[in-house]
Amino acid sequence: MRRIVPGLVAPVLAFALALGVTLLVVVVSGASAGTFMSVVFDVPAERNVVNMLNNASMLYLSALAAAVGFRMGLFNIGVEGQYRIGVFFAAAFAGQAWLPGPLNVVVAILVAMLAGAAWAAIAGLLKVTRGVSEVISTIMLNAIAVSLTAYLLRQWGIRPENGGEIRTVPIEEGSRVPGFDIPFLPGAPNEVFGLAVLAVVAGIAFGVVINRTRFGFELRATGASPTAAVASGIDVRRKVVVAMLLSGGIAGLVGLPLLLGSTYTYTSTFQAGLGFTGIAVALLGRNNPWGIAVGAVLFAYLSEQATRLELLVGISSELVVVTQGVVVLAVVIAYEVAGRYRRAQEQREVAEKLAETPGTPGNQEVAR
Amino acid sequence: MSDEAGSSPAVRLRGIEKRFPGVVANHDVDLDVLPGTVHAIVGENGAGKSTLMKILYGVQSPDGGTIEVEGRAVTLGSPADAIELGIGMVFQHFQLADNHTVTENVVLGAEKLHGIGAAASRRIQEISDAYGFGLDPDQLVEELGVGQRQRVEILKVLYRGARIIILDEPTAVLVPQEVDALFANLRGLKAEGITLVFISHKLDEVLAIADAITIVRRGATVATVTPAETTARDLAELMVGAELPSPTTSESTVTDEVVLAVEGVSLMAGERPLLQDLDLRIHRGEVLGIAGVEGNGQTELVELLMGMRKPDTGSIRVGDRDVTRWSTRRRRESGIGYIPEDRHRHGLLLDSPLWENRVLGHQTRKPSARGPWIDRRGARADTERIVERFGVRTPSVDTTARALSGGNQQKFIIGREMSGDPVLLLAAHPTRGVDVGAQAAIWEDIREARRQGLAVLLVSADLDELIGLSDTIQVILRGRLVGAFDPRDVTPQSLGSAMTGATTEVR
Repeated sequence: MRRIVPGLVAPVLAFALALGVTLLVVVVSGASAGTFMSVVFDVPAERNVVNMLNNASMLYLSALAAAVGFRMGLFNIGVEGQYRIGVFFAAAFAGQAWLPGPLNVVVAILVAMLAGAAWAAIAGLLKVTRGVSEVISTIMLNAIAVSLTAYLLRQWGIRPENGGEIRTVPIEEGSRVPGFDIPFLPGAPNEVFGLAVLAVVAGIAFGVVINRTRFGFELRATGASPTAAVASGIDVRRKVVVAMLLSGGIAGLVGLPLLLGSTYTYTSTFQAGLGFTGIAVALLGRNNPWGIAVGAVLFAYLSEQATRLELLVGISSELVVVTQGVVVLAVVIAYEVAGRYRRAQEQREVAEKLAETPGTPGNQEVAR
Repeated sequence: MSDEAGSSPAVRLRGIEKRFPGVVANHDVDLDVLPGTVHAIVGENGAGKSTLMKILYGVQSPDGGTIEVEGRAVTLGSPADAIELGIGMVFQHFQLADNHTVTENVVLGAEKLHGIGAAASRRIQEISDAYGFGLDPDQLVEELGVGQRQRVEILKVLYRGARIIILDEPTAVLVPQEVDALFANLRGLKAEGITLVFISHKLDEVLAIADAITIVRRGATVATVTPAETTARDLAELMVGAELPSPTTSESTVTDEVVLAVEGVSLMAGERPLLQDLDLRIHRGEVLGIAGVEGNGQTELVELLMGMRKPDTGSIRVGDRDVTRWSTRRRRESGIGYIPEDRHRHGLLLDSPLWENRVLGHQTRKPSARGPWIDRRGARADTERIVERFGVRTPSVDTTARALSGGNQQKFIIGREMSGDPVLLLAAHPTRGVDVGAQAAIWEDIREARRQGLAVLLVSADLDELIGLSDTIQVILRGRLVGAFDPRDVTPQSLGSAMTGATTEVR
């Protein structure tokens, strides 16, 4: 119990603090705190809940991609670019309809993962061969990804006859992934993306690999202490490349639920920003698959309510971004405080244990 | 020197107390240091000496008690306050910039005193001459030996006007001859009326230099004695509160079966050789001790044998297999155990539970792993075994490594590295920073390893430990093995000479 309670107290306190700060900003900006609260904590319509779930699934994948890197001390800030590259190549490939129906979907998913992984690999290889910080290279690769996809879109894309944006060839009916209804939301006019299940699958796989396998252990050990990892026979350079590939591969999945469940084509206005928000969600969820799920739902909930804020009561929806930002900051601080408390607690336990044993520390061992 | 009757002590501490979460580092500390004397503070590692000195130097604030300096009650909020009061500290680890001159190093942070130019150099020369330090203000620090660098550190505090100097284990980095030179300097300082607080756990040295000795045990000052009325044995017993163990090895278990054979190994750092043309052999049941002043290639040698560095020339064989190009993991799997010199950096995941630390370095082998999976149950059960067998004091195997004391961390590491039927154990400074109780246990573990037929490479800075445990001692100097000694007829002095290159004695 002593371990669990501070674990729960920390995020709750962090959220309360974030709300307090936001309310302060709301009041300072001249709006009513009461109105803000009533809208943000209003029970969302079923349609909005479905939107939330759709968004949360993509945020979850994005956060997972970031978490793979974080777990071994790699800061992959490039999820944004990797998912853009991934979704572009998946859209371009699937649009060609070289393969029939579901097979086309499966291969498109693989294409997305490969493209995302390849893009991330550039940063991984630069790090192990030239010592370039992955923070710098992935940020720059984000910018390049935007330009590269825009350029390729211009080369390969089509312009619809009725005008509109240049886009990849739309994916045929047979290779679209149908959505599904959620039983307890019978009134929703919209459906949850079929590929939202990717988030569940990826989450389970992440949890198992990180916590139960040798590979996951080596990844975490490298993150916890690169020097101890080297001394323990872990090939850290290789791990860096593999972790980047894995992170990029998951990042490649981020846009797929939306692409194959709703837009069916890639345009330059395809939903952006999931990669950056994912980093915040990973931090919020402490790189833990359950924590990230909570974080993704919370962020999706806040974003969904934010649109209503602007529409209904004329309060800027950007205020919710303040809440999101502060909650991450507060969680990081709260966990640090909780961690210190736990370490002190543990040292006390050890001290108690030592006090229980009679005699000086020397005697017993000499006698052994 | 305490003949000035009625003068107040240079430093007086009363009832000092300092608590950290879960630990009381100091309590009931009473200390009177008379002006113009050398006052030694002795105690085991972890007894609270360092914390006490940090309090006196203003690095940490006490939770209770009073501090008086030259008769005035003071509050030390930072080292700046201490320097203001004429208290200086010489740390065990030098804080010098190699590529700067003596003058530049000394004036750094004290530019207001005499500027940074000729005036400063002149002042440094004066101090150096006054105390016979023999330093050239314009020489680069990288050209200086260890003893000279230490004098630069002392000069730094004198330059800032210190009248009370705290020396934290100043002899730890020195060979016996350099220790003599240091003591000559300290006597010179004392003659000029400087008060010296000398922290050490080397009792012979303390008896040689100190005018008064205060013993710290478990955070409290337990006695203050003079060298005339005490012996090393008495001091040791006051420190430990029990009989002092000593490292001795029983009859030889050395066989003629070669476990480790290193031939013609060299390692370069650019143009500079770190290891040159090294040959060594360790047999089953043999402990080979490596003596040397730190920084002469010991670290590199061990890392080379572990596969963390690759040699530029030469070969390494374990048993009948050439492992020169093998990865660290493969070497570990083939039965090399590794007790690293810096256990926090290389031996442990501090924030992970003990059972996960059991897996570290053994993540490919039973009982920690089964195929690609981590065997949690197996690892936990084996951690229980290590805790039991090696006497690791911990509430459970879920306790994080960080929460354990240094000695218990080290016992755990030794237990882990002795798991999985090793044939060769590389032990780098295995008893560094552990208390006397754990030290005795670790020595016994190394003897046990030898009895079981392991080949052991023992690198240590503790000459008594080397002489007591080794079957053969090799001296390393500037990356070369310069002499072999039989521990049965060698003295710390003769080893010290070889370590500094003064003589080379080949058996």
